[in-house]
Amino acid sequence: MAATASIQSSLTKPSFTTLQNSPSFSPISNIRFSSPLTSPSKLLSSVSFHTPQPQPQPLSFRRSATASPVANASSTTFHGLCYVVGDNIDTDQIIPAEYLTLVPSNPDEYKKLGSYALIGLPSSYPIRFVEPNEYTSKYSIIIGGDNFGCGSSREHAPVALGAAGVSAVIAESYARIFFRNSVATGEVYPVETEVRICEECKTGDVVTIELGEVNKLINHTSGKEYKLKPIGDAGPVVEAGGIFAYARKTGMIPSQSA
Amino acid sequence: MASAATALSFTPLINKKNVELSAFVSRSSVLSPNKSIPRKIVSVMSPQQTERKPSTTGSVKTAMTMTEKILARASEKSELIPGDNVWVNVDVLMTHDVCGPGSFGIFKKEFGPTAKVWDREKIVVIPDHYIFTNDQRANRNVDILRDFCTEQNIKHFYDITDLGNFKANPDYKGVCHVALAQEGHCRPGEVLLGTDSHTCTAGAFGQFATGIGNTDAGFVLGTGKILLKVPQTLRFVMEGEMPDYLMAKDLILQTIGEISVSGATYKSMEFVGSTVESLTMEERMTLCNMVVEAGGKNGVVPADSITHEYLKDKTSVPYEAVYSDGQARFLSEYRFDISKLEPLVAKPHSPDNRALARECKDVKIDRVYIGSCTGGKFEDFLAAAKVFLASGKKVKVPTFLVPATQKVWVDLYSVPVPGSGGKTCSQIFEEAGCDTPASPSCGACLGGPKDTYARMNEPTVCVSTTNRNFPGRMGHKEGQIYLASPYTAAASALTGFVTDPREFLQ
Repeated sequence: MAATASIQSSLTKPSFTTLQNSPSFSPISNIRFSSPLTSPSKLLSSVSFHTPQPQPQPLSFRRSATASPVANASSTTFHGLCYVVGDNIDTDQIIPAEYLTLVPSNPDEYKKLGSYALIGLPSSYPIRFVEPNEYTSKYSIIIGGDNFGCGSSREHAPVALGAAGVSAVIAESYARIFFRNSVATGEVYPVETEVRICEECKTGDVVTIELGEVNKLINHTSGKEYKLKPIGDAGPVVEAGGIFAYARKTGMIPSQSA
Repeated sequence: MASAATALSFTPLINKKNVELSAFVSRSSVLSPNKSIPRKIVSVMSPQQTERKPSTTGSVKTAMTMTEKILARASEKSELIPGDNVWVNVDVLMTHDVCGPGSFGIFKKEFGPTAKVWDREKIVVIPDHYIFTNDQRANRNVDILRDFCTEQNIKHFYDITDLGNFKANPDYKGVCHVALAQEGHCRPGEVLLGTDSHTCTAGAFGQFATGIGNTDAGFVLGTGKILLKVPQTLRFVMEGEMPDYLMAKDLILQTIGEISVSGATYKSMEFVGSTVESLTMEERMTLCNMVVEAGGKNGVVPADSITHEYLKDKTSVPYEAVYSDGQARFLSEYRFDISKLEPLVAKPHSPDNRALARECKDVKIDRVYIGSCTGGKFEDFLAAAKVFLASGKKVKVPTFLVPATQKVWVDLYSVPVPGSGGKTCSQIFEEAGCDTPASPSCGACLGGPKDTYARMNEPTVCVSTTNRNFPGRMGHKEGQIYLASPYTAAASALTGFVTDPREFLQ
């Protein structure tokens, strides 16, 4: 997912290797299971697992110019402007229901979803997340409080954020379906904080996030650093581009008919 | 820790490095096709269980909660503990017009354009969200459902083709969670997943039911399995005789107000006690429906004779109910003396913003909405009708009625209301000056396309029997939604202010 990132000229070009090289996991290849419990009725005929396109389509829209995940052997880094929200940001605020007619697996509609990201926030948020007539946001990192993403199970929520160019959400805690959907789609990293960073940062602050051996958020505007909780095994799944991509990458699903 | 990499752990709260390998499913994959035989995938199977930690082996079985037992059986394990990540066999997968197209798109992309679903009889497709609208994309989405169901020969597709007259569509049902129950798809002991957060409603039947996103659904479509982490259970014991001015909606508003919108995050909510046992199935559904509003993963009510009675004429699929062991461990237990409870509302803008209805009597309202999976079932309308009957007066504000399903609509027009001298709900509503009951669907519960009936397009104050009142939920960002029971909603309609139903029921 990071491979298509446009790298800001101000960042040094890294040698991009993924977390795959870390000792915490190794791919499992083609394990067969014969199971006496499988009844004939479970046979699926003519199922083929085909290789996905070299870069799954929606991902090519994902990176805004200001966000570029940079990874080396032991960490992933994001850099960009942050947008700060409060507690209990529910899915209706992230993507109001009227936009749910857009189907995320349709590339054009995926892109449109990005333009509506966080459009449901009330007027107490004076700065719009995505400008009118734009499809992506200049803010690539969202900082939230408790229970981010509560409400509906709509996958359109993390999808809209990802489509708008968000690389990571940093929140105190998440609602479970939103967290699960973020990881399954690989659209955004759902990272947890140790402290209420949402009270210490302001929309527009320039931040850097490091995930890996060290987990921290650096606010360049205020000069402060904050610890983040390790994302653990969810990290590689998001890194790979979601659960299916991860399953192929690690050999859980064969990636190509021979 | 090598194979821990393949584990998909969805709890962000635990430092993964500290978790034992055996707590994760360490190896699972799809059978790889062999060149020399036709390319058939048998199934995604969890591996043969490797040895367990010493503390969990032996002849003494660990006491388990209902949720743990259901997941144990569904993952073909003799026992589980909270925190275990397990591959679970899915009994029923439900989807609707909002998330179905996306889920089907992912299925085709990941499993191939000619792939077949894992089981054409276990998938239930129920268009219900944006049906009676001119929105072209919304209409197109129903067509996408139809194309997929035709191609895959899906057994249960409750189709609608004539949008101008819902009655002209014999298969069309309406709100998915109510339809699932009415059509006999909810059964004790089973695992039901749906691409909708209120799938937890089905927990009323003593099953594990929870909402998932499109990607997870796409995976289930192809494999019939899902990776789940076994949740801890919070137990809610409700005792005492249910006063005749309270409904299950008040019980769940009380609970959510008690533990907050994140109080049950990643947890199972188990409802027991004499009050719960006295609830009808529809009331139990209301109770479990809003489990997600407390962040809950799933809700459960133990199956009993009321459950079996309800299911008698709806399903012939055999089922086996499970129950929490006496020694099962719960994370916390909450006890409520229901006889002391008063009618409640959740004030704007959060389902946990609990308040007594009588303390909000100075809140002037602009409209009342009675509908949705939470408050649009027949018994919900019966309750509202009772209040209107007791009053005999007309409503003071526009009162929108949206039956959840075709069956509910039919019952409104045919079932006599006790104590009314043979009147139907529809007659009582008409005499009270309510709007005519609308075409059954999710309606304005979640706003929807701009032309949705009863959508809140202006910043108004609404008392609603629905489930969420976050900003913009019913349409307008500055709208103010008070969540309430049908009793409270009807009482409020009669006065034009938020009103405790005891004003009319005692």
